Amino acid sequence: MGLLSKKDTKLITDPLADNNPITIQVLGICSALAITAELKASLVMGIAVLFVLGVGNVVISLLRNLIPSKIRIIVQLIVVASLVIIVDQVLKAFAFELSKTLSVFIGLIITNCIIMGRFEAFALGNGPWKSFLDGIGNALGYAVILIIVGFFRELLGSGTLFGIPVLGDPIEKTRVYSIGYENNGFMLMPPMALIIVGLIIWVQRSRNKDLIED
Amino acid sequence: MAVNTDKNSYTILFAVVMVLVVGSLLAFTASALKPNIKENERIEKQQNILYAMGINGNEGTGDITFVDSKKAEAKFATNVSEQIVLEVKDGKIINEMTGEEFANSEDTDKGIEPYLIDVKKQQTRVKEGKSRYLPLFISDNNGQKVYVAPIRGKGLWDAIWGYVAIDKKMVVQGAFFDHKGETPGLGANIKQRYFMDDFTGERLLSDEGVFRGITVAKGNNDPKNEDKDDNEVDALAGATITGDGVSAMIKKDLKLYLPYFKNL
Repeated sequence: MGLLSKKDTKLITDPLADNNPITIQVLGICSALAITAELKASLVMGIAVLFVLGVGNVVISLLRNLIPSKIRIIVQLIVVASLVIIVDQVLKAFAFELSKTLSVFIGLIITNCIIMGRFEAFALGNGPWKSFLDGIGNALGYAVILIIVGFFRELLGSGTLFGIPVLGDPIEKTRVYSIGYENNGFMLMPPMALIIVGLIIWVQRSRNKDLIED
Repeated sequence: MAVNTDKNSYTILFAVVMVLVVGSLLAFTASALKPNIKENERIEKQQNILYAMGINGNEGTGDITFVDSKKAEAKFATNVSEQIVLEVKDGKIINEMTGEEFANSEDTDKGIEPYLIDVKKQQTRVKEGKSRYLPLFISDNNGQKVYVAPIRGKGLWDAIWGYVAIDKKMVVQGAFFDHKGETPGLGANIKQRYFMDDFTGERLLSDEGVFRGITVAKGNNDPKNEDKDDNEVDALAGATITGDGVSAMIKKDLKLYLPYFKNL
């Protein structure tokens, strides 16, 4: 291990499984419901949060000894909001097409509780490098769950992945549709995301008994 | 140097400094990037209008593809043979202007290229009791004229808008829809090609010439949209309110053009 010490590596790997922000810390559920009807949207949201959480954690960590504790939540909120607005403006000016795809997510990032949660729980008490790794780790953990949920919802709900029809054409009745398979429109509804997240939590906890609370 | 961060005076000082720093940072970014953003939006409008006219980079049955943003300006100039602006009040056309007349007007509400007319602003003007300026972008393909009109309305979360291309009998030749913040995978699918393509060939009028619009209908049992005479297209699953918004904006905004097309 050259670049990362063992402890640092854990900061990245822990949130991927045993301390996952969605399934264990139960943060960021709202966006996990809202945008996982498509795999592409899940992936884009994951990348956007990766950026904001990584940078935001560093900013908060650098300011941690200066921020008055009475108004720290507001300060955190302002840091996220201004970061997001700046990113949004820069994208609009220089990568207009990309900003059109991202438009919905930009607003959702600000309200994403993972970001506030990590600022509050980690960045306020740790150095910038550690906070950066923690941000990256948690964002990746968030993205992994989003992608899993998005994969199942898009596949079972629309019969496509990244917009490419993988199961055949539901109207022309080709491939699996020819034997009577139907898309489950219910998968496109937000509640199904919650059920898939529930299933992931179930699988995860049945494999690792330490995660079960009394 | 230890600062006592619990003191009230420090808290207030911190808040003031933070507001000043963040505020000027955001203001600086916004004004520095504004010209670029404006230009991008202008090109996008041209691309949208061209898309509705059927001038786009679509291939096969894939995603929607606009004409290249670098070529949009030139293509817009060659393909939009004429821009006109109708001034409408209480359902009657009170004035008809060419694009040049409108753009060269001294009036502060005019004086812009017709394709830059902000539909939202025009809708507010009506609420204030003023007349409304309705732009039409006309392409002339060997005598076959296609008229593109902008529309705007409400989706589930935020604004939705679009451009509809119709011929002189008000039969849809192409449509483009976009949205500000509809749910990805559900309402946001109004921006998908399969949804827009369904509108082509639909009629806005009944056989008797009564304006009926096009309804985004649940259960019209015509997923391939072969029935072009029913004034209906197939709805999107899980996006009832966005679909209703599309129906509403077509009915409301395109109806205003009816007197013009009656007189063609």
